[in-house]
Amino acid sequence: MRWLNDPLLSVEHLVMRFGGLVAVDDLSFNVGRSDITAVIGPNGAGKTTVFNCITGFYRPSGGALTVRGGAQTFALEKMPGHAIAAKAKVTRTFQNIRLFAGMTVLENLLVAQHNPLMRASGMSFLGLLGIAYPAAERAAIDKARHWLDKINLTSRADVAAGELAYGDQRRLEIARAMCADPILLCLDEPAAGLNPRESAALTDLLLGIRETTPTSILLIEHDMSVVMEISDHVIVLDYGRKIADGTPAQVRRDERVIAAYLGVEDQELPAVVAEVGS
Amino acid sequence: MTNLARATTAAADRPGTARGGARAVPQAPSPQGAMAAALKDAALAALVMLGLSFPILLLRSDVGSNNELVLTPRVPLVVAACAIVFFGRLAIAFVRGAWRRSHPRRMAAASPVGTRPVVGRVAGLLGYALTGAAIAFPFLAAYALGGLTPARYWIDLAILVLTYLMLGWGLNIVVGLAGLLDLGYVAFYAVGAYSYALLSTTFGVSFWICLPVAGIMAAFFGILLGFPVLRLRGDYLAIVTLAFGEIIRLVLINWVSLTNGSAGISSIPRVSFFGIPFTREDDGFAATFGLAFDPMQRIIFLYYLILVLALVTNAVTLRLRRLPIGRAWEALREDEIACRALGINTRNTKLTAFAIGAMFGGFAGSFFAVRQGFVSPESFNFMESAIILSIVVLGGMGSQVGVAIAAVAMVAGPELLRRLEILQVVFGEHFDPNQYRLLLFGLAMAAMMVWRPRGLISQRTPSVLLHGGGSPAAAPAEAR
Repeated sequence: MRWLNDPLLSVEHLVMRFGGLVAVDDLSFNVGRSDITAVIGPNGAGKTTVFNCITGFYRPSGGALTVRGGAQTFALEKMPGHAIAAKAKVTRTFQNIRLFAGMTVLENLLVAQHNPLMRASGMSFLGLLGIAYPAAERAAIDKARHWLDKINLTSRADVAAGELAYGDQRRLEIARAMCADPILLCLDEPAAGLNPRESAALTDLLLGIRETTPTSILLIEHDMSVVMEISDHVIVLDYGRKIADGTPAQVRRDERVIAAYLGVEDQELPAVVAEVGS
Repeated sequence: MTNLARATTAAADRPGTARGGARAVPQAPSPQGAMAAALKDAALAALVMLGLSFPILLLRSDVGSNNELVLTPRVPLVVAACAIVFFGRLAIAFVRGAWRRSHPRRMAAASPVGTRPVVGRVAGLLGYALTGAAIAFPFLAAYALGGLTPARYWIDLAILVLTYLMLGWGLNIVVGLAGLLDLGYVAFYAVGAYSYALLSTTFGVSFWICLPVAGIMAAFFGILLGFPVLRLRGDYLAIVTLAFGEIIRLVLINWVSLTNGSAGISSIPRVSFFGIPFTREDDGFAATFGLAFDPMQRIIFLYYLILVLALVTNAVTLRLRRLPIGRAWEALREDEIACRALGINTRNTKLTAFAIGAMFGGFAGSFFAVRQGFVSPESFNFMESAIILSIVVLGGMGSQVGVAIAAVAMVAGPELLRRLEILQVVFGEHFDPNQYRLLLFGLAMAAMMVWRPRGLISQRTPSVLLHGGGSPAAAPAEAR
């Protein structure tokens, strides 16, 4: 129950409205430090909306999002989008992969290290003169290489990212987010469209991140085998509200989850929805 | 694709090793090998040209006054012919390399691992070749035409080409690297020109102080334009920048008390050799350096001034491309949302692109003013923006060499066409090709969009390589 004792991210009474539509309604949960936390729920439950609020792509209509990174505390709902990644160190991947397709794999990983490299190049002025920057870039390339080794793409480092196979692109996007040194890595459906072997490689990568780095992981996933295998903590959303919160074993036994999400036959659905709603 | 090529080469090598090292298939040339081969090939072609030109070009035979044979040696002509063949051959090698790159299937069968660096190196080589040709140009022209004064037309034309080249390279930062379509680039050119014109005529400030000031002024206007368009992309951005260009022009026309309106500003001080004027007087350039006075000295100086300015633009752009800011520009062009998710401040990144692109436009503008001695709003209409943008688009967005080739073709092309007498023979005596300039532009554009929709040189050189490439800091001048 690390998420209760040592929460890295606290979401409190989060509300997100689009006009009259309430996508997220009074949602509260914690993400534990060094945990892998999964957010699951049927389509349209508001999972990606929660992600967009955490990573600054939406400004929440209400509520608080607090990240406690070591000594500092950040109120994400008040920060501009890029500062959430740069200062609060929360990075993300996207449901539809967003790599810099025309740039090489290595360049993608260097762009992720933009802020430290920019400082090392003296806001480009020193870099233009060739002072101090080359060493910083070598270090950045070494870090990129470390992650390329982890995702088995070292030999493809100089290939345009758009030319990679789909599964490789997914892993590259995760490696790119990791190159920004996040304390919280948000993954939006990382296993979508992967075959079983690629799914297994992804699981290993995520477990490796948990074992070897201080980064905590928050992920949205539909693939239950992945969720149940790697998660320490599962949060279930339905219609923008939290319906269950606990360990994978607890969530699996939860009746409301079973009714809303895991095993309801199509013809039973209206009856169950009516029951849950009441 | 590289892997496929590698597999092919590996497969090709195997039977060779089985037969005791005798290679069945000729081994693929290494990048250095390709470069050396291109150089060798060009040198050989130049040698053949030399052999041919000796009997044909070297000696001109005339009948003298006493019916005797008079031989006039024409060494410069031979040298020029050999140089043309040498550089032309290099250019062909480069184009072939680029063609192979764009047709990977044939390349995988015929050649080699790591073609990308080969094209990059040949492009770099072509860059050096073009730079060398540009440095030698005034002298080549003078030799070929027998003196500086007859060569004036060509040197003036070259200055014009280099001015557009610099503008093209400046705009390339905004359009090619950062992917922000800017239809009002001429506004910054105008700001630079009027900065120098006003500062020098009002306060008598020298060109060498005005040049950086003009750059800073233009950069400031770049940021001014940047702020309102931060959230716009594509078509909407193009419309706003187009309007910005027109606003600047209309302000220049209507703010008569400052800019003298449509009449423009005349008698702008001419360029000096770092303070020494190009005049006949005793303190003039010629007298100071003990040379005979020649008005062409100023023209030659202007030529080298714009050449240096253009090369600085190029060097800075190439350097920036390998720095985090340059990679951030390219990333911004590829996916702005991903940039934000990685902590890149997209606002500042866009504004620096606008500011730096505008700064080079400002430099070019103040050069324009010092060269012409006269500026008026008429020089900064939309047509100029369109020509500069065409140079960037035709050249291949982001490619420095492509922009250079396009600048020569777009600016010098119509001028050369005008001098082609064959057109008068075909279309009649009163045919003026200059009137058909826009039509030809349009045709060239349409043809390009059909055959090479991504520009003359569409291949992107990676800013950094993990395998088989030097670190960018170690080889900053490569791959122009």
